[in-house]
Amino acid sequence: MSYEEKGTWVYLAACLGGYGVYLAVILGRLASTPAVQVPYITVLLWTTGASIVASIAGRVLIETASPSGRRRSDIRDREIYRFGEHASRWFIVAGAGAALLMAMARWDYFWIANVIYLGFVLWAVAGSALKLFAYHRGLSPAR
Amino acid sequence: MTKPTRITNSIRALRFAHGEMTQARLAEHVGVTRQTIIAIEQGRYSPSLEMAFQIARVFKVPLDEVFAYPDGA
Repeated sequence: MSYEEKGTWVYLAACLGGYGVYLAVILGRLASTPAVQVPYITVLLWTTGASIVASIAGRVLIETASPSGRRRSDIRDREIYRFGEHASRWFIVAGAGAALLMAMARWDYFWIANVIYLGFVLWAVAGSALKLFAYHRGLSPAR
Repeated sequence: MTKPTRITNSIRALRFAHGEMTQARLAEHVGVTRQTIIAIEQGRYSPSLEMAFQIARVFKVPLDEVFAYPDGA
């Protein structure tokens, strides 16, 4: 497994883990508190920060346990990266579009912030999943 | 969506014909990861024209002795 592929696995796990913790905390609070009163900002910032730290630490740990032969990306890594980012960008667009419509309809900040956060998480997860798919199933220019 | 390449190659045979050159050694010559050489050999990645020429140069053979594009593909 290449250095970049390992990094993609770690990033995917960190994103899923961070959002999973966020959802667990927020859903727990929603059970006893109306949505508009749920304190979500601190949890959102902490889980996002923790995901970034976990992603960096995970990559260092994996490289320590199983060093890669080469730590620089090559042309295939870069093509796979571009493919994943390009194909998953629609989640960002969908999240921003949904947030815009919700703001026009005067939804509470809680829902608007959460739909944007969900858009970012889906973008990261879908992008990583597509990259891993390309690493394993292949990537070639469209015919 | 990704598509498997229809380009075939003789890299594996050429490596063995050149002193059983390892994938890692070929990767070093070309400046890519060993995983990229594996992906090319297995037809999971279609290299750029420049990389194809670099691989052919390592084996000192013409490009079409390394890569082929079958009729009707």
